Amino acid sequence: MAGIPSRHRSLFLLGGVILLQVLLLAVQIKRDSQGRLIRVWTVGAVSPFERAGAHGIGGIRSAWNHYFALQNTSRENEQLKRENDAMKLQITQLQAKAAEADRLAVLLKFHQTNVDVPMVGARVIGGSADSASQTIYLDRGERDGIKRNMGVITPEGVVGKVIESYKDTSQVLLLTDKDSGVGAMLADSGIQKPVGGTGESMLVMKYVPNEDDVAAGQRVVTSGMDRIFPRDLPVGTIVDIKAGSTFKQIRVRPAANLERLQEVFVLLTLKPLDMKHDSADPAPQSAAPSGPSTATANPTAGEKP
Amino acid sequence: MNINDTFDIRVGEMHIEVHKFRAGAIFIAAALAVVLQAFLPVYFPKLGILDLPLLVTIYFGLSRRNPSTGLLLGCLIGIAQDALSGPTVPVGLFGIAKTIVGYLASSIGARLDTEHPAARFALTIVFFGVHQGIVVLTQRLLLSQPERWFTVHLGIAALINAVVAVFLFLLLDRLRKAS
Repeated sequence: MAGIPSRHRSLFLLGGVILLQVLLLAVQIKRDSQGRLIRVWTVGAVSPFERAGAHGIGGIRSAWNHYFALQNTSRENEQLKRENDAMKLQITQLQAKAAEADRLAVLLKFHQTNVDVPMVGARVIGGSADSASQTIYLDRGERDGIKRNMGVITPEGVVGKVIESYKDTSQVLLLTDKDSGVGAMLADSGIQKPVGGTGESMLVMKYVPNEDDVAAGQRVVTSGMDRIFPRDLPVGTIVDIKAGSTFKQIRVRPAANLERLQEVFVLLTLKPLDMKHDSADPAPQSAAPSGPSTATANPTAGEKP
Repeated sequence: MNINDTFDIRVGEMHIEVHKFRAGAIFIAAALAVVLQAFLPVYFPKLGILDLPLLVTIYFGLSRRNPSTGLLLGCLIGIAQDALSGPTVPVGLFGIAKTIVGYLASSIGARLDTEHPAARFALTIVFFGVHQGIVVLTQRLLLSQPERWFTVHLGIAALINAVVAVFLFLLLDRLRKAS
């Protein structure tokens, strides 16, 4: 009380005495649900500071963690980016493997369906060096029994034929090459006409007279007459028909996706074959004679008729 | 009016005499008031309307004219009254009220001439009201007891206490030391 002006001393004394008595009251009074009043007051008086302190400390800690204590964040960020890139690469690889597994499953099923047909699976390892020719390279060659003029197929349809066979590699002329061709027929009507490449993504069916009844959407299959491919293999689907001076101009979309080949089968025989087909790819048996073709192998067959 | 009596003409400032009491007079009077307050209503229930400890607090506050002394005296009398009250009255209820009354009485006594019976009557009514207001406020805030702020009974009690105060204060004036 020494530092307090004398005229205010009594006021401070009054405040102190009243405060003491209020505390005395608080110690005595017990509320039914909340215990002694002194406890209620103490908690009520302290809790706002505790709350404010908790918020303050939380804010400071948050600010510290998010704005100041970032020495390792940049390093961690770079590491996470690297890990993220690695994970993306891994995901891409896994997706590729899954897609490959799907493809191989289709190939395996196809191979099992035609287990009597000598064929070997091959992986596409390269393409033609120029855009003028439509060729691919396979990772199998003479060691695997691959020879020139052997047919190359996928479960979807005809791909082309082997034009060169090396020790461990072979070159395949795709059906879309302008020098390529395959003996084909319309699956519905049985009209047999050659189908050849144009150097583009579409094939053409040649020598179909204007009088013949041909419609877009009709399926084109191998006729087996070229001595390379067995009959009834899917070649493609007619997408466009125009009348010409003598013959129709018929454009055919290849059944096999020749622009994205990855695995193929090479038919390891030059003899006529009779292949089985899934129900999903029905070929009208009435459109072509049943049984294997009796024609002899022709080394030049498969090129432009 | 004498120039040495209560006013200083030159500075225009009122001089109010601070009364001193015989040794132990304040303590005895206060103790007696508390004891009588607890004792008399037992035999004379109607005397329960009186608040002798309050009247003693007011008197000595007005007479001593020292706020510190007044509030401490009010505090002690009030706590003593609380202590002698029933279990429903926590210690401090009347202590707080009488502390404030003692302080106010001392402060007012230092500024006003409170020797006149009319002034004492009026001031007692005011202090009775203040005392009652503080008690009710304390009961409402701290004890959760919704007491009424004012009743006719309280108004009558204020008047009776004021009347008694006029005579009691005259009696207590005899305890003063002769100046």
